[in-house]
Formats: sequence, structure tokens, C-alpha cells
Amino acid sequence: MINIDRSSENEITILKVTGEVDASSSIQLDEEMSQVAIQGAKIIVDLSELEYISSAGLGVFMSYISDLEDKKMTLVLFGMKEKVLQVFQILGLDQLLTIEENKEEAIKKASDL
Amino acid sequence: MFGYKAVIRLSVILGVITWLLLLLLDLTALFSAKNNIAFGLPSFAPKIALGLFVLSIVLFYRYRINKAESVNFIDLLWRVFVTGLITTVVSLAIKFLFSVFGDTSLAKNPLVINFFYHINLGLIIAFTVSTLIVWKRLILYQKTKSLLAFWRIFEYSLLGALAFDILGYALFDPFFNILLGILVLMGLVLSFNLKWVAYLNFKQKWKSILFIVLVIIYLFYFLDGLVDYSNQDVLVTDLLDSVYILASFSFISVYSLISALVILFNLPTSSVFEKKLEEAMNFQRLSQSQSQPTGQKKEQIYEILLDSTISAVFADAAWLEITEDNPPILSKYNISDKEINDVKEAVKNTALKKVINTEFDNISNSQRLSATLKGVKFKSILLFPIIAKQKQIGSIALLKEVGDSFNKEMVDIINTFVNQASISLENFQLINDAIENERYKEELKIASRVQQSLLPSALEQSEKFDIHGISVAADEVGGDYYDSFKLAEDRFALIIADVSGKGTSAAFHMSQMKGIFHSLVQLSLDPKQLMVVTNNALSQCLEKTSFITATYFEIDTKKSKVCFARAGHCPTLYYSSKSKELEYFKNKGLGLGILRNSNFEKYVQVNEFQYSSGDIIVLYTDGITEAVNGENEQFGYEKLSDTLMEYINQSPEQISNGIFEALYKFCENDSLDDDYSIVVVKFR
Repeated sequence: MINIDRSSENEITILKVTGEVDASSSIQLDEEMSQVAIQGAKIIVDLSELEYISSAGLGVFMSYISDLEDKKMTLVLFGMKEKVLQVFQILGLDQLLTIEENKEEAIKKASDL
Repeated sequence: MFGYKAVIRLSVILGVITWLLLLLLDLTALFSAKNNIAFGLPSFAPKIALGLFVLSIVLFYRYRINKAESVNFIDLLWRVFVTGLITTVVSLAIKFLFSVFGDTSLAKNPLVINFFYHINLGLIIAFTVSTLIVWKRLILYQKTKSLLAFWRIFEYSLLGALAFDILGYALFDPFFNILLGILVLMGLVLSFNLKWVAYLNFKQKWKSILFIVLVIIYLFYFLDGLVDYSNQDVLVTDLLDSVYILASFSFISVYSLISALVILFNLPTSSVFEKKLEEAMNFQRLSQSQSQPTGQKKEQIYEILLDSTISAVFADAAWLEITEDNPPILSKYNISDKEINDVKEAVKNTALKKVINTEFDNISNSQRLSATLKGVKFKSILLFPIIAKQKQIGSIALLKEVGDSFNKEMVDIINTFVNQASISLENFQLINDAIENERYKEELKIASRVQQSLLPSALEQSEKFDIHGISVAADEVGGDYYDSFKLAEDRFALIIADVSGKGTSAAFHMSQMKGIFHSLVQLSLDPKQLMVVTNNALSQCLEKTSFITATYFEIDTKKSKVCFARAGHCPTLYYSSKSKELEYFKNKGLGLGILRNSNFEKYVQVNEFQYSSGDIIVLYTDGITEAVNGENEQFGYEKLSDTLMEYINQSPEQISNGIFEALYKFCENDSLDDDYSIVVVKFR
């Protein structure tokens, strides 16, 4: 059960994910990501309303790591709750993905990268 | 008491005896009157004999004539007709005899006249009684309680009349007339019970009219004969002096007349009744095809549907098209492919179309149409979609050459047929799906068995530690994996792994993980190398969005040392018996298959610790810590460590069972939505 809102601010695409990403809803997340993950895209993902993410959901973000270099793409996640951040940390994804605390920093990071 | 055959035989014997007695008594009376010799016989004796004779005949026919069923109405009428015919033939023969000997003294002899009168009398009584009983059967077809009661009263009244006749009242006596009047009235009321007529088809109605008209003719002929005899003034027993006889004559004739008329007026509607009956039969055939779908093929349902709808509306032509089947099915009746195309084109172009969808229809693009067409042979069309499982699978078209010839009743009946066929088809599909599902379930069971065998039934044991593992999958198959391997006498390898996602895809990756683990663990690589090589191998195997988390342990029992590497897996829970404290090993690491290049090496960190006796390590998968209860709270790390503390002095098996128990209690339901695994090692 998730809801994904897409908006954009100065060439930066913002995805806001609300709800819980489990095995079935991860497909929806993947579809949304694949639409915005184009050459040179700057994407920031607002996870402040994300309650839970399963391993399948982590798999979606993971699968775009190789695109970052290949497509010269930028992907910044921000606003994660402690519980969600912990999941990213245990898996080690925090070492590969850029994770920021809030939107301003995320935008700044995305613009810089 | 008696078998019905015995009763019939007895009644025949009784009938013959009473008839002979009546004859004897009457002839004796005649003889005594002529010769003035008194035998001293009471005058009512012949009347009693007549009454007994009637009763024996009633008894006979009561048992001979069966209950009326819709199949034997004509048989019953036939029986009446034949009895009447025999009676008529005999009485005609007697008449013929009299006319031959008309002028001789023999023909004027009262004895002779009375003898032949008695033969006539016997046959007429037999005919009236048998007809009366047939009429009774017909009247009481589909009887109600009140009708039955009224009929009983009528019967007893007739019996009363029979008794009354013994008193010797003659015709036109006031008492006689009153009783006769009452009985005639009752008979008239009863004569309006004609339910059986509705169940005759057209042909049977014609036959019935013929038989009944003949019965009426007989009756008048008999009555006429009786009056003739009566006028001769030589009769000892005159049937016209019997209330019973007159009442039954009147009832039989009235009922015959009324039923003949009613059947006649029902003739035009009989085709409607026949059609309704046929519709009901067709409907039953469709329903049956639903209750035994394995016996009937889909094609049979289509065939029944086409046949029954054509006959229901007298369609001149029709076609049934199933587009969803492979290959598509097209059944035609009286129409060519070219005409079908022409009609379809005409339907598109006509302005005179009426959509007759009901409120139950939720499929917007499949309309039920009634249209008037121009430029083609057929001027009217009914076009209905055939729907199964909420999806249009085809259509049925019924055509008539005359314009505007489908009325609402026809639309309704077609609707009913199509709906029933849809239900049958749906059930047919459901059964097929169920069989298919059953097969898949069977396959999954096999997969589940195979996967269960991928998890070790027992982990490597040593005298230096106790070990126990449990794994439970949410679906038939899961993505959790743990295993152990004896590297040397005092060195053991232990792994726990969790494939991302769950279900079948996770299970496939889990089996790959097992293969890779068992290949690589034999190479005696150190934990870091092992992780790197495993990552390389998995990079070639896993799909893009999948990864595996794992922790690999190397236990050296000689040095009491554990060396481990964590690849994104849940931090291991460690209990130190010295400090009596719990700790999660949160060293750095990255899941396997996330970085599919040499960079992965940078993220592998190896840790080691010395253990002492009583130390415990708990390996688990994220299903445990991430399990949620009704309030959406996670089981979490804290509850896991608290539970471990509760069981800290127990064996690994008790500890792992205890954790599972606590987990189930926390979740408060039995349905799992993730895979759960625990391996507990307790050092000695």
C-alpha cells in the first residue's frame, strides 16, 4: 500500500513515497523509478512518510545504483525515519546511496553532484 | 388385508352373483305376478340385490382404474370409451334381436324383455360406474384438501342415494326429486375441476374431445334405451326409479359436456403451454450442464443455448459466436457467413436500435440489442452478449424475417437462457481453474519439500558447542537459508542468509546460495575472501533487483575464537557469560549482489571475538525483528534480546523455541507474512 507523488523543481524530480513498501508495492515503486531514471536525471526521493520498507523495496533502490554512473544520474534519498534508516544501514546501502536529512539538503546535494 | 388382485376377483364374483340374484328375484316376481302365486318375497329384495350389484362394480373399478397422472389421461378416457363401446354394441345387438323377432309373441313376453333388460342394466351400470371413477380420478388430479373433502361428501351422498333407493320411491316423488336435485347440484359444482386439461398437448386435446363426445353420445343413447324399456310397463326393476342412477347419469354427462367445452376452448392456448414446458426442459438441460461440467463440454453448452433460444422465440435464423475460445467458435442456424456479415453491418447502420441492458450489467461495452434492420433478409434481430467471469466471451444473435417481432417476454426468456448459460460456462471455467490450481498446489508442495531438504536437518555438532536452527516460511517456499560445514576437526563454518523478497523467486535464489556456499566453503577461504567470491558468483546469478544478506562465521574451537563477516545481514546477537551482557555486532558490511564489481571488497569487514563457556550467539533473519503486531509495532531488537535473557540458561533448542513462542504471542495471529529463521549456538 503505497502512494507515490511526482513533482519537479528546477530540473530536479521529486518523488514522495507514502506508506509501506512491501513485495507487491515494490513493483509500483520500480515502475515509477524507471520512468524518471533517464540520462542525467536528478532525482530526490522524499521518504519522510515511509513507514516500512521490505527487502524487495530496498532491491528497487539498489538496482539503480549502477545507473548512477552509467547514466550520469543523481539520486538522493531524504527524510527517512530512524526505523527505515536502520534498515538501509544494516544492509549497507547507506554507503552507496546519498541519504540526507531534509529536502533542502537533498536539493543542495542533488544540484552539486 | 387382501391383495388388490384378490379384491378384483372377489368383486367380479360378487358382481356376477348379485346380478344373477337380481335377475332371479325379478323373474320370480314376474312369474308370481303372472300366475298369482305368492312366494312371500319382500318387495325390496330386488332393490337390495341391485344395490349390492352396484357396490361390487364400484369395488371392481376402484381397484382397476389407476390414479391419474399427466401421462395417462388419454388412457383413462380410452378406457371409458371402450367400456361404452362394448355396452353400446351389446345393447344394439339386443335391439337387433327384438326387431328381428319384433312381431312374434316371444318379443312381447315380459320374461324375455326383463331378461334382456337386465343384461342392458348390468352393462350400463358398469359403464356409469367406470366413467364415474375415471371422472373422479381426473377431478382429484392435483387435489386440494377442500376439494377432496367435498368429493367425499358427494360420494357418501351417492351411497346414501343407493340406500334410499331400497325404500322404493319412484321417479317424480317429492323426496326422490329433492335428493336427486341436491346430487345434481353437487355434481355440477364438482364439474368445474378441470386442472388436468392444462396438461394435455394439442394432439391429446383433440383425442380427448373425440372420446368425451362419444361418451356423451353413449349416455344419451343409453338414457333413450332406458326410457324405451320403461315405457313398456313390464319392468320389475326400472333403473329410472333410482336416484343413484339418475344422479350419476347427470353428473357424468355434465362433467363430460363441461370438459369437452373447456378442452375445446383451451385448444388455441395449448401451444403456449407446450412451449413453456419446452423452455423449462431446456432450462433444466442448461442447469444440468452446470452441475456436471466435467461430463459436458463447453461446446455442448453453446449448442443447448442456441437450440433453446431458437425454439423459444421461433427464430428464423441465428448464430452464436465465441470469440474468446481458441479457435473461435461460430455456430450457425439457417444463415450463411455472408449474411452474418451483412446483418452485422446492418446492425451498425440501423437507427432503430434499442439497448436493453438491465441494472445488473456492469460491463459497459457489451450491450443487449434489439434492432430493426433494413436492406437484409432478416428485419428483426436480438443480439445478446455471452458473459463469463465478468468478461464478454461472445455473442448470440437471433433473427426473424418479420420486422419488430421480438416482444418483451421473448427478450426476458432469452435473457434467462443466456444468463444460465453464462453461469454454466463460468462454473465450467471455475472447475477447470480449480483443477489447474490443484496442480499448481501439488507442484508447490513438491517445491516446498525440495526446499525443506535444502535446509540441513541437523547442523554440525561439536563437543565444544550446542547448536540448533529452525526456519519457517510464510509461503510454501521461502528465501531463508542457514547451513554449517566442518572445515577441520576443530574448525566449523556457519552461515545464515536471507534472500530479498519472498516466495518462489526467493526460493530459487536461496538454492543458488546453497550451491555457491557448498562449492566455496570447501576451498578454506578466509571469511573476507569467501564473501568476495560469493558476491562475484551471485552477481552472475541474481536478477537486477535481488540481493542476499548473509553472515559467515568461522568457529575455531581450539582457540575458542570466532571470526565473522557480515554482508548486510541482521546484526548477530551475542551474549557474554562473563559480563552477563547482550550486544549486537554492528560491524560494517554490504549485502551480496548489491555491488556487482570489485568495489565490493572495500565494504567487507571481518571481526573476531574470543568466546568462553556459556556464551551464546543468536543468528536470525529480518522476519523476526521486523514482525509486526496489530498496532503495527515491530518485534524489534529489544524484544529479541529480552526474550533471549529469559531463556539464557537453557539449551539452544529451548532458546530458539522460546523466541518463536514469544514472536507468535506478540503477533497474535498464526499467519506469517515473512520467512523466519533462527540459529542459536551455545558454547560449552
